[in-house]
Amino acid sequence: MNSVKSRRDTIVPKDAGKASRLRQVRLPATLRYAMLLAALLGLWQIYVTFVGQISLPGPLEVAGTLSEGWSGGRLAAATWVTLGTLALGMLIGAMIAVLLTIFAAWTRIGADLLMLLTFTLYPVPAIALLPLLILWFDTSPTSLVVVTVCSVTLPSAINLSAGLKSVNPTIMLVGQNLGLRGWGMFSAVLLPAALPHAVSGLRAGWASGWRTSIAAGLVFGVAGGWPTFFTNDAGDFLPAPELLAGLLTIAFAGILVEATFRLLERGTVVRWGMKVGRE
Amino acid sequence: MFDADGTKRMQSQYPLLSMEAVRIGYGSHDKTNLAVEDVSFEVWAGEKVMLLGPSRCGKSILLKAIAGFIRPDGGVISFAGREDLRPGPDRAVVFQESDRLFPWRTVMDNVAYPLRVMGWDKDESEEKAGWYLKMTGLEDAADHFPHQLSGGMKQRTAIARALALDPLVLLMDEPFARLDAQTRNRLHGELNEMVLRTHVTVVFVTRSLQEALILGDRVVVLGRAPARVKEVVEVSGVTDPDSERFVCSRRQLRKLLADEIDGGRSL
Repeated sequence: MNSVKSRRDTIVPKDAGKASRLRQVRLPATLRYAMLLAALLGLWQIYVTFVGQISLPGPLEVAGTLSEGWSGGRLAAATWVTLGTLALGMLIGAMIAVLLTIFAAWTRIGADLLMLLTFTLYPVPAIALLPLLILWFDTSPTSLVVVTVCSVTLPSAINLSAGLKSVNPTIMLVGQNLGLRGWGMFSAVLLPAALPHAVSGLRAGWASGWRTSIAAGLVFGVAGGWPTFFTNDAGDFLPAPELLAGLLTIAFAGILVEATFRLLERGTVVRWGMKVGRE
Repeated sequence: MFDADGTKRMQSQYPLLSMEAVRIGYGSHDKTNLAVEDVSFEVWAGEKVMLLGPSRCGKSILLKAIAGFIRPDGGVISFAGREDLRPGPDRAVVFQESDRLFPWRTVMDNVAYPLRVMGWDKDESEEKAGWYLKMTGLEDAADHFPHQLSGGMKQRTAIARALALDPLVLLMDEPFARLDAQTRNRLHGELNEMVLRTHVTVVFVTRSLQEALILGDRVVVLGRAPARVKEVVEVSGVTDPDSERFVCSRRQLRKLLADEIDGGRSL
């Protein structure tokens, strides 16, 4: 890919316009993103310094609050609690998804059940279940975990079941030919063959669960005593610099988890040439 | 016909595989549509039997029935004295599509893993797999994943995997159909060599007259769907495409196939 680009560069005549020369500049992607980010931060600072109509703190102030929030432990606590809830929710959700998918793959009623759940529950955002859960479990961690489980399970199950359905019939014949049956067939052939879909299912589950656990945590924070990105111990919303510091923390945590998924994919489905979709 | 160490072919008075009036239907309900109608032939240990027929004539279904993937709706398939056939590694299958390796396993693991399923320990199975990879010229690709291989190398891996199982018969379903002509020719030579070394019995489905003649000892010519045996032609030792016997046999086979196709048109 690079060699093609550089060859094209040499073909461009030397007296080509400035615009095309600008386009020729090849920088590493990370550097380009960093420059763009710096430019945006600069614009933000300029706006705050010279216009500043709404109560918007500048990037420097937010950076200060961010480091303060981390060293003071408030943001760290909110991050660990949210990530912890999510991890537990994903673990339980993924297990339910696997069971549901196996049930759907092996029995007619299971397949119908998954289909029905998909049709009826998929349009309902899991966070909408929170009032009901608070009614049942009060504002306890149970409600928080359950609502996360609800948001993780369905996207994972749908992807996993699509993955199992898309397993090539011939590769299953290969498994049969080796004498594999039942659990052996499932673990040695079906599961790895469906892994690309399982990973994207987990990814969809995480994205949905992350949103839900932040939103649910906010509700709990307002009720008081729950560490969140946006409220203090009394349940009041924090001043603007701290709200922005919370948002940035959410972005960083999200980037970190995405990077983990990429790493996981690079070690498995990308390495095996099984990655679905682009990239 | 029998070479010095070809004793395997003579050691039994019963065929390794016999098909008697095999009938296979398709369709989800009553199976009234027949894919295979009244097919009978025998395969003796050490033989290379080619199933030659026009495309979609039911020859692959026949092979799947021998492998135990589907049950015949009539007649008897008897293999090594057994009639109730379930899929098993004693009838190793090499499929047509070249990407039927496990993509998540290296070339070495693709060959070694089936042995571990059969109860070999790790070192033994890797040693044996290494031997078969060497025979198929894949020792340098052992650590590669299938998506990094060419079509020919993938199919070599599939053959190595099948041979490493020490099958009684190697069932091959147009394994070289999708490869380019040069690779195909080379693999024909290599397969003949490997069969000679391992004394494995081969049942090989093909549409190609050339392939049937180069690889086969006997050619079972099948008619249009539903498959019936039209004739069984002895072609043992016919391998040189320039020889007179080759040309004669090819003319004979072509005529058998052409009759079949013309017969189809006049109906």
